Amino acid sequence: MIEPEYFLPGSAACHGCPAAMCLRVILRALEGKAVVVVPASCSSVITGVYPHSALNVPVFNSAFAASAAVATGIRAGLDFYGEEGEVVVWAGDGGTYDIGLQSLSGAAERGEDILYICYNNEMYSNTGVQRSGATPYGAWTTTTVGGKREHRKDVAEILMAHNVPYIATASAGFLNDLYNKVRKAREIEGFRYIEILAPCPPGWRFPMDKTVEMGRLAVETGMWILYEVVEGKMRFTGLSKVIAEGKRKMKDIKEYLKLQGRFSHLSEEDIREIERYRDRRWEFLKRRANEL
Amino acid sequence: MLIKMLTGNQAAAFAAMNSMVRFVAAYPITPATPVIETISKLVEEGIMEAKFVPVESEHSAMAACIGASAAGLRTFTATSSHGLAYMHEMLHWAVNARTPVVMVVANRAIGPGWNIWSDLSDSLSQRDTGWLQFYCSSVQEIYDTIAMSYRVAEDVMVPAMVCYDGFVLSHTSVPVEITPLEGFINEYQPKWRISIEKPLTHGNILPPDAYISLRKAIHKAHRKALELIPEIEEEFFDHTGRSTPMLYETYRFEDAEEVLVAVGAVASEARIAVDILRSAGVKVGLLRLKSFRPFPSQIRRTLGDRKVTVIDRDFIPGVGGIVYQEISNLVQSDSMILGVGGADVTAEMIAEAFTKLVEV
Repeated sequence: MIEPEYFLPGSAACHGCPAAMCLRVILRALEGKAVVVVPASCSSVITGVYPHSALNVPVFNSAFAASAAVATGIRAGLDFYGEEGEVVVWAGDGGTYDIGLQSLSGAAERGEDILYICYNNEMYSNTGVQRSGATPYGAWTTTTVGGKREHRKDVAEILMAHNVPYIATASAGFLNDLYNKVRKAREIEGFRYIEILAPCPPGWRFPMDKTVEMGRLAVETGMWILYEVVEGKMRFTGLSKVIAEGKRKMKDIKEYLKLQGRFSHLSEEDIREIERYRDRRWEFLKRRANEL
Repeated sequence: MLIKMLTGNQAAAFAAMNSMVRFVAAYPITPATPVIETISKLVEEGIMEAKFVPVESEHSAMAACIGASAAGLRTFTATSSHGLAYMHEMLHWAVNARTPVVMVVANRAIGPGWNIWSDLSDSLSQRDTGWLQFYCSSVQEIYDTIAMSYRVAEDVMVPAMVCYDGFVLSHTSVPVEITPLEGFINEYQPKWRISIEKPLTHGNILPPDAYISLRKAIHKAHRKALELIPEIEEEFFDHTGRSTPMLYETYRFEDAEEVLVAVGAVASEARIAVDILRSAGVKVGLLRLKSFRPFPSQIRRTLGDRKVTVIDRDFIPGVGGIVYQEISNLVQSDSMILGVGGADVTAEMIAEAFTKLVEV
């Protein structure tokens, strides 16, 4: 059987775009039963120019800071008319980590029945590669030309403090894992959050045929950690689970960093700082997984 | 007929309920807070059938209302001053998204320094967002105007603000006729709504020619509202027996050689000021401007060649009164700025100021 397609050919996405790739998988996992709320982001461009649209599901564009609030209103409308299906926020890290954090937190705290998915490409790519709260230490962007001097924050962990029923991380390198997590989230009612690491070829400065490879390397080097938190119970998933259980060693982070132009200027000390940060994150999440 | 002692804020809440509002998202701010407190209670008690969402900011309040309106719900919110200013981006959004949200604004000065009293600068300074704006002069009028605003807004698909002076109207209790509205306003029948069954993309990239068409359509919607409002006023009169003007009204106007133009609660005082001045032999009348948007430019004919003085309870530094600015586009006029930051405005003060102005 040929599965129906909800992300249509002819979108305005760059070649190798992780957002397009992941959204296609997500809409399949939801069988097209979704309204997609898109704040200002690459995706507000990717969907195409009026009167055309690359998405074969209803899409409502929202102001940058407001997507979780807009989704709240749409959910109420669907409920009123008895329509079943998900209200999905599809936001970048700018719209999630920075300008949209307040409305995200508000909707999460109120327990709105929304599936919020952040495709985190670790910068403002639509406006031409500026730093965000998700940009990692050392990364070049047009507003951190000497490399970012601060580590990133972590919104998935902030969502843990909101006690929402489902939180998961995913990577553009593991689309089956993403598919399964969306399927799982679909079965749960309430506020659900999935954050996808979305390696962006022009922003990170790597060849456009390497998106999946980069998404895998991020997990293999332990720079991105796959897990889910269901009703407060945390567990590592996929390759991160194998790493957490000590069945496989993490690859050298240099393998991940050296492929990306944004890290080409890093000193050995910078790389050690990134490694230390990675290790701290693992320790923290392992503790968390044991506690919960 | 149900008559209740209500404040302006409570009257607004009852009007929203009786207008069959199904979605309210709001954030507290003085002096509009009692509107949402009343609604929250009415919803909690099952008297009002609506979803009430206590959002984390005014920006989100308007965003949620836009989402709900696009998804086919009649929506309502209330704010003031800084809350309205914080919403600014979403005010523009509601207009271009063509979502007929109705919002009440209990007018209040903007800080710093903190000032919670009446001043119309908060909503008047939002004039260029494209919202319809109606300014009430009594508590009953708040109730009536909300009901009529839904009819106008939903017909032309442009959101509407119903404004009333903070404290002067928002917190003053008077008897209000809580007329049932069914028949005048029925369950919302959206012309379009987001539906999972219909894969439409709303608000994506709009090239210049299509953008121009959108802005033109909104412009035409304002024009259409001007034509529509008298019909709706008439229907409202048939339904309630109350004649509540939506565009403007005049008082002791026929033989007037001079005219005061006023907005909001100050207009009620100006009416008494006209009586005071008349008894002193001054041939003065009043034009109360109710609809700031759509702007009823036909008042140019109404004003004729009378000498016009505009009273503003608002102020643009470096320019003066906002209403004065608008009226001056139609006819030459004089300006009085009274009651900014909640300073009390009495009929006597208006009469005295008017006399001094004439002497100058």
